[in-house]
Amino acid sequence: MPEVTTPALELMSVTKSFGSFLAVDDLDLTIPAGSFFALLGPSGCGKTTTLRMVAGLEQPTSGTVCIGGRDVTGDRAHRRPVNTVFQSYALFPHLTIADNVAFGLRRRRQHDVDAKVKEALDLVELGHLGERKPTQLSGGQAQRVALARAIVNRPELLLLDEPLGALDLKLRRQMQLELKRIQTEVGLTFVHVTHDQEEAMTMADTVAVMNKGKIEQMGPPEELYSRPHTAFVANFLGQSNLAPGQVVGREGDLLLVTVGGATVKVPVDRAVATTGSVLVGVRPEKIGLLIEGQEPSPNHNVVGPGIVTDVSFTGVSTQYQVEVEHLGTFGVFSQNLLGGATVTLGTKVRLAWSQEFTFGLDGDQDAAEGAADLDAEP
Amino acid sequence: MSATTGPVVRGTVPTARRRSWHLGDALIPVLAALAFIYLLVPIVYTVAFSFNDAGKSNLVWRGFTWKNWQNPCGAPQVCEAFRNSLSVGVVATLIATVIGTLLALALARFAFRGRPAVNLLVFLPMSTPEVVLGAALLAQFLSLRVQLGFWTVVAAHVMFCISFVVVTVKARVAGLDPALEEAAADLYASPFQAFWRVTFPLLLPGIAAAALLSFSLSFDDFIITNFNSGSFTTFPKFVYVSATRGIPPQANVIGSFMFVAALAIVLVAQLVSHARGKRRAG
Repeated sequence: MPEVTTPALELMSVTKSFGSFLAVDDLDLTIPAGSFFALLGPSGCGKTTTLRMVAGLEQPTSGTVCIGGRDVTGDRAHRRPVNTVFQSYALFPHLTIADNVAFGLRRRRQHDVDAKVKEALDLVELGHLGERKPTQLSGGQAQRVALARAIVNRPELLLLDEPLGALDLKLRRQMQLELKRIQTEVGLTFVHVTHDQEEAMTMADTVAVMNKGKIEQMGPPEELYSRPHTAFVANFLGQSNLAPGQVVGREGDLLLVTVGGATVKVPVDRAVATTGSVLVGVRPEKIGLLIEGQEPSPNHNVVGPGIVTDVSFTGVSTQYQVEVEHLGTFGVFSQNLLGGATVTLGTKVRLAWSQEFTFGLDGDQDAAEGAADLDAEP
Repeated sequence: MSATTGPVVRGTVPTARRRSWHLGDALIPVLAALAFIYLLVPIVYTVAFSFNDAGKSNLVWRGFTWKNWQNPCGAPQVCEAFRNSLSVGVVATLIATVIGTLLALALARFAFRGRPAVNLLVFLPMSTPEVVLGAALLAQFLSLRVQLGFWTVVAAHVMFCISFVVVTVKARVAGLDPALEEAAADLYASPFQAFWRVTFPLLLPGIAAAALLSFSLSFDDFIITNFNSGSFTTFPKFVYVSATRGIPPQANVIGSFMFVAALAIVLVAQLVSHARGKRRAG
């Protein structure tokens, strides 16, 4: 359905500051109707503030918020065609599940409240719990009631604020698929805020990676993953190996970059910077290990040799850490097609990967930005 | 026997359960019982002497009778004083609960200039000696030439009840997830609807507790009332005044009645919450 429709949400140069702290910095964002959109970023990046400004729970310092083509910047929360699934669910503890779900319908004096409530509860497979109170629900059930309470109003935008954050891992996986199913079924526009990159990639059609109040990069998950534009995106969305290098020439559609003595080739259309110092990047699962005597396939970039400093078996794959002189540590994921680890600790290996999986970033940034920091909160 | 039981059973013989008797084991229940008796003696005395066939004074046991309970208003002024105390209590509680709840909401929900000062000042009536408050209020009423009576007593009671309401309700507001009000607004409830449908019902137990506390404080108060009531007589004042010439047994009747009523309220509240819990679990 490639027809031109009004976008579900448009943010135009939206800024929000709390005192001297700039939470959201001149943000422009357009979300097409019917999409599942994820705002992904670490805590404090401004994603929740953005969501709250859309919901009307926070007023932007400047800028315009349009929902369904209508300027709602001055409207208070209860006048916006938006519903939110709160991180804490915020179910009304004094009302039954059915009354919780009916709350929005009753405020707008809708008809057939009971039928709509039943339909919404059935959608989240909790039709039998309507008479219970929220305290009698498990975390996963409460989460689904919160979802039903929002969906039943058929809002133009459904906002989800870290909706799965309080669930344990297994339930979270299950709910990710469930949310995706529900979104496809009801066809509403979902805007999902999360710090969990896997969650964002699993569910969303479009992911916007936010950092320090700005959107660093936006696009379909596969594109963000395979062609990150900044070190932050490369590290925050999955893991990346980034090595500093210098562009020394060009060979057709390939850039020649020296990286720690070796020369690697980067497709020009996968490079953000094409001259001077760059960061050459490759994802860990794209790298193969070459032991002594093995030769790389054609059109492969090769660095090393390096020493295997860590081998950890994770079931589906084995993760290696390879220390390469002058370049630092490379992470390598190798699928356990042949059982377990194929290379042992301390082995001297070279690293090889296909040129087409190589990406190039601007060299003026910290290669570790956005990488997992053990001291930071999850 | 010991030879046949063998090593398997030995581990399960509960030797630890056959503890020797310790003095401490008995001491704690005995002390607790004494403490309870100490607490309950005045109440038992009050109830018992409401059945006393009293003469001029109600100090000596003269025999059992129902007549005090059959005619609780028998002594001059006792029921008028009781009615006065009830009306002062109800009016003062209503006013103090409304103002105190609003104040508690403001203090817990909104950051405004002077909030720390208000927080502190609200506590003052609780911490100031009643004698000082009573005397100071009297001075105010006299200098403003206000006629002492029902309304001056109500005003005085509202003043000290508000502090207790604020403290009680504020604790409840603080325990309320602010996201609940946001969720109400998000679900199309206007600020008034959000308050009425979500905030207020959730605060209600706290507000009810505050109201009960206010009423019992007001009903009970003697010192401040005595300063500011003029010729208006409340129940505690009546008891105090009649103590000089002998408290009539009807005072014990009313005292016992209030005690039973208070117990009944607590009991009903417990039963209701128990029934609710059961229904929820079912």
